[in-house]
Amino acid sequence: MWPTKDKTELLGPLRKIELYEMGWNLKDGLRECLVAAAPYGGPIALLKGHYRRSPSARPQLEIYSSSGLPLASFPWKSGVVKQLGWTVSDDLLCVQEDGTVLVYDLWGGFKRHFSMGNEVSQSQVLETKIFHSPYGTGVAILTGALRFTLATNIDDIKLRRLPEVPGLQEAPSCWAVLTQDRQSKVLVANGSQLFILDNTACTPVTPPGLSPQASSIVHMCVSFSYKYLALLTDSGHVWMGTSNLKEKLSEVDTKIKTPPKQMAWCRRPKSQQPSAVVMWDGLLIVVGECKETIQYHLDDDSVLVPELDGVRIISGTHHELLQEVPGACEEIFKIASMAPGALLLEAHKEYEAASFGKCFLSNFPPEQFVSMCRDLRVLNAVRDYTVGIPLTHTQFKQMTVQVLIDRLVYRKLYPLAIEVCRYLKTPEYQGVSRVLKHWACYKVQQKEESDEVIAKAVSVKLADAAGISYSEIATKAYESGRTELAIKLLEFEPRSGEQVPLLLKMKKSPLALSKAIESGDTDLVYTVVMYLKNELNRGDFFMMLRNQPVALSLYKQFCKHQEQDTLKDLFNQDDDHEELGNFYVKASYKDQRLEARVALLQSAVDEYYKAKNDFSAKTTEDEMRLLRFQRKLEEEKDEQLVGFSLQDTMTTLLSVGLHKHAEQLYKDFRVPDKRFWWLKLKALAEKEDWEELEKFGKTKKSPIGYLPFVEVCIKHHNKYEAKKYVSKVTPEQKVKAHLAVGDMEGAAEAAIERRNESEISTVLSRCSATTDHLLMERLNRAKATAVKK
Amino acid sequence: MASHLFCGRVNLNILREAARKDLREFLDKCSGSKAIVWDEYLTGPFGLIAQYSLLKEHEVEKMFTLKGGRIPSAAVKNIVFFVRPRLELMDIIAENVASEDKLHPRDFHILFVPRRSLLCEQRLKEKGVLNSFTNIDEYILDLIPYDGDLLSMESESSFRECYLESDQTSLYHAAKGLMTLQALYGTIPQIFGKGECARHVANMMLRMKREFAGSHTQILPVFDTLLLLDRNVDLLTPLATQLTYEGLIDEIFSITNGYVKLPPEKFAQKKQGEGGKDLPTEPKKLQLNSAEELYAEIRDKNFNAVGAALSKKAKVISAAFEERHNAKTVGEIKQFVSQLPHMQAARSSLANHTSIAELIKDITTSEDFFDSLTVEQEFMTGVDTDKVSTYIEDCVAQKDPLIKILRLVCMQSVCNNGLKQKVLDFYKREILQTYGYKHILTLKNLEKVGLLKPQSTMRNNYPTIRKTLKLWMEDTNEQNPNDISYVYSGYAPLSVRLTQVLARPGWRSIEEVLKMLPGPHFEERQQVPTGLHKKRNKPVILVKSA
Repeated sequence: MWPTKDKTELLGPLRKIELYEMGWNLKDGLRECLVAAAPYGGPIALLKGHYRRSPSARPQLEIYSSSGLPLASFPWKSGVVKQLGWTVSDDLLCVQEDGTVLVYDLWGGFKRHFSMGNEVSQSQVLETKIFHSPYGTGVAILTGALRFTLATNIDDIKLRRLPEVPGLQEAPSCWAVLTQDRQSKVLVANGSQLFILDNTACTPVTPPGLSPQASSIVHMCVSFSYKYLALLTDSGHVWMGTSNLKEKLSEVDTKIKTPPKQMAWCRRPKSQQPSAVVMWDGLLIVVGECKETIQYHLDDDSVLVPELDGVRIISGTHHELLQEVPGACEEIFKIASMAPGALLLEAHKEYEAASFGKCFLSNFPPEQFVSMCRDLRVLNAVRDYTVGIPLTHTQFKQMTVQVLIDRLVYRKLYPLAIEVCRYLKTPEYQGVSRVLKHWACYKVQQKEESDEVIAKAVSVKLADAAGISYSEIATKAYESGRTELAIKLLEFEPRSGEQVPLLLKMKKSPLALSKAIESGDTDLVYTVVMYLKNELNRGDFFMMLRNQPVALSLYKQFCKHQEQDTLKDLFNQDDDHEELGNFYVKASYKDQRLEARVALLQSAVDEYYKAKNDFSAKTTEDEMRLLRFQRKLEEEKDEQLVGFSLQDTMTTLLSVGLHKHAEQLYKDFRVPDKRFWWLKLKALAEKEDWEELEKFGKTKKSPIGYLPFVEVCIKHHNKYEAKKYVSKVTPEQKVKAHLAVGDMEGAAEAAIERRNESEISTVLSRCSATTDHLLMERLNRAKATAVKK
Repeated sequence: MASHLFCGRVNLNILREAARKDLREFLDKCSGSKAIVWDEYLTGPFGLIAQYSLLKEHEVEKMFTLKGGRIPSAAVKNIVFFVRPRLELMDIIAENVASEDKLHPRDFHILFVPRRSLLCEQRLKEKGVLNSFTNIDEYILDLIPYDGDLLSMESESSFRECYLESDQTSLYHAAKGLMTLQALYGTIPQIFGKGECARHVANMMLRMKREFAGSHTQILPVFDTLLLLDRNVDLLTPLATQLTYEGLIDEIFSITNGYVKLPPEKFAQKKQGEGGKDLPTEPKKLQLNSAEELYAEIRDKNFNAVGAALSKKAKVISAAFEERHNAKTVGEIKQFVSQLPHMQAARSSLANHTSIAELIKDITTSEDFFDSLTVEQEFMTGVDTDKVSTYIEDCVAQKDPLIKILRLVCMQSVCNNGLKQKVLDFYKREILQTYGYKHILTLKNLEKVGLLKPQSTMRNNYPTIRKTLKLWMEDTNEQNPNDISYVYSGYAPLSVRLTQVLARPGWRSIEEVLKMLPGPHFEERQQVPTGLHKKRNKPVILVKSA
């Protein structure tokens, strides 16, 4: 499985594999270095000369790959560093004495810094631990005041100060961070006492079955998954159990009573055997289930790096992996093993074909085999010395391809990342496209090449890749001070919506506005318009809108609801007299006072004339005239009229007997005869002023005919009056009129006379079989002849 | 629950389920008990997606209507605002948040429907409340599955926005909605369209397609063709009085978000011994969709054919109930009983629709309805459209509802390709004098959107359009229709004719007419991933009018 298989040592149930001979050249090894190595075969940071506190010799910060290839090196100029650590995304954290945390990228570039709070900076950092949880990377600090401060996720810092530990007079003998019940907690040992600190309380706990000889817990470590806990006591015993302290797994006597340098869990996920590694100077002891321990001598100062499925041991010259022997390997390599794997290996040795045996399995689905081969090939590629990411298969599966690709990208290994994506058939959107985007982001920061060359290179490489976000690349270009390049790159962005924020940031507002309009997203247009409104002076702002009708009409909508005065200014600017007129008309309805209303209407009239809209101007003048008339009459006659339509005004006047005034309006406003007749007819009938109605009917020939007279009278239940008008009705309407007053005979007569089939039918349908028997016979006969005709 | 969405040729329930899933996910994001504060406008459209029971399952304990001041007290952990992205609503929300009881603060969340808005968030920021919100999210609700064969944006003001206010926001939503639809039902290979707005929507769709390139999963296309039509291509149809059963319910009682409110008197429960009880005063609210078997059968019938259908149904139902006398064996009785709930539902459905039909009949048999319909049909057939109509004049004199007058005048204008200036001015003066001068703005708006216009020098091309597209059919069969013109008893809706011609023989045959209608007509093809080409089947056309 491993390329360096020859250097595998079996240590009982464990094996130790040499990963690399370190490429670095460290004079003093790891002595006097502050060391931090990231899990999942991540980078290694060293702070050299850290313990020499002389102002003349600055410490040196160096970053290496897991194989010891240098990535960065620079003198440390900031404050005293208490601890180094890596985030889940391979950024380096340097926690300073004053509680400031500095964040660097893999290449030693400074990214940002943040503070762990006032309390920490006042009482200074005593000890600190950097931990990982499902919520990201966290920092826990023990201050000089013997209090713990914790941030669970450095990307979203929420500082928590944990409760006080009772009886704590000096630094606790050891402590660790746990993640339990979706919360980060601190486990603290003060002598032989053990406490769990969470947000609200400090709870004393007792590990079940801890050997009673111990008077103090001197070291502790939590497994990678936070499930298991190992405690080392001053009597040299290692207690192993679950981290919730409910179960003891085993206890082993190391027979060494000096405090160790480091302790770590070494177990595979799902493994039944607990084992932990304790390291002293020059000595490594592995403790497990049985009383026996495995001892191993170290030639050199080393550091333990806990992993998901083992422990890596890094020394000044070598990099090794210590892990439990997997069941499958044990089967294969056991002496005289006849397990299928062992036989296959023999076969492989004979025929040099690893997949040889597969041919004999008829029902074996090949997918598993194929995907495992692919995985192995990828792993071999990234374990290569030049890449230096020594992942195990278990780690790879846990970390996912996505993350692996991210890491390759972070290390600027773009071609390899693309190869991996293609080889593992990762969907383009998440795979190749993403890598190319990162490549482009990196490319645009290269100062030595010209804008044209870079833009061309980027567009050529990214042309066929789906779902590329050019705006992200452009943002990067802009951030490195290359505005022109950014604009060029934005041209490639298919999502115009994405272009807008950056264009605004770059102060390319006209372009931003047209891109926003192009996107069709009106909210985006509004955003740009509002931005421009604040940025530009009013004149320029209006000018810019004028050239963009879509934006202008949206802004007008906005003003209509929010800024009426601006709306008026906009119309004024455009000499839009028609709209100005409308504006004043609308305003006139919002004002209660009559004088103000009339004044506003006058303004409207002026505008309408300017707009050459005579109809609107005249109509509005009419309106003013009506208002004045209503007002005058209200004062004189105490009748409420203002606000009524002309028609309603006349109706009201007629109903209160002010006929003359109604007539005056009828003439002044050139009301059509027909409508006025209708109006007067209805008003008089309403008042049941039948005498006046009759007089009115005789003034001249009715422009609406006399059927309405009949119908209106009937509507007011006056058949007697209605009948008076039946004779005056035109022949076409005779039948209707007779029917209206209930005169069946008359209706029949009229219908027969007119020989109109449908009228005859209408009358017939109204006849009742019992009373109008004779009439019906006549009608039927007439109908028959009418049809014949 | 949503059986009406299964009955069409495309299973629209997929869309509804997708929408419900998003809603549940958002509700669960605000963990703990919650109260929803509703932008009242949204309650109707949401009703088509989810009932209260779904909200309840996700710990929604109270519902309030959005209004100023303080939100009523409720012992809940979260307050969730469901709002459209409108500035005036943001001001109300800001007021709500600012006046929250400081001693018992609750978590605030906003769900924007159908889309988040930077403008609104900016407003909340200006008001100093933006940081009070734990979650700000959007709920994309563009095309709502309304019935088995109908998706609706339930956006009543989009015509006004597009044509009067030049605000094309709703077109953006339409394009987005069509993209969602394609994500669920596959890329639509052919897009046809007519009109400026249709062109704009198609352009946005094609652009969005490019933007999302590579991120779409591959689905066999369900829809063959998409037809986009501007409303202003066919202004006539909505002006005409609808004459189908459903159409008349809408004309008379108006259907909103699938519900209709009816006068209660006709629906009083007649129970024995309760004769003298008070009549209900609350309007009767009925949901109308194809899930109801009888309604599905009669909704699209011409109203004149509804009576016969109802009495036929009545016979079937009473015959079914008579069956019980024939049920002799235990097995037969059991079978009868098992059908009983279904039969009872059918009976009450029949009773409801009989009552509705009676209410409608009272109106359709009135002389006024008849006269008005006659005038409409005269306009549509081109009789005297260039003169002042005596009927309209009389209606104004009677001060009939303004909407009726406006509908008729606009119809005359549309059918005459504009009115003579003299005629137009006469109508306008009549309306202003009768209904008030304030309507000068109403009339201007109608002119702006083209519903009302003065005749230009161009000749009236409505007759050509009418003849070419056979918009008027003399011998319409209302009982057993063989042509769509039955829905208006003679008039075949222009947009339907455009769709029919597109399906066969194709628009090329009517180039001339298309040129007379406003806006460009176009055709676009979208690449369907290889291997997903549909075998020749009956085409499914999705028609979308803006």
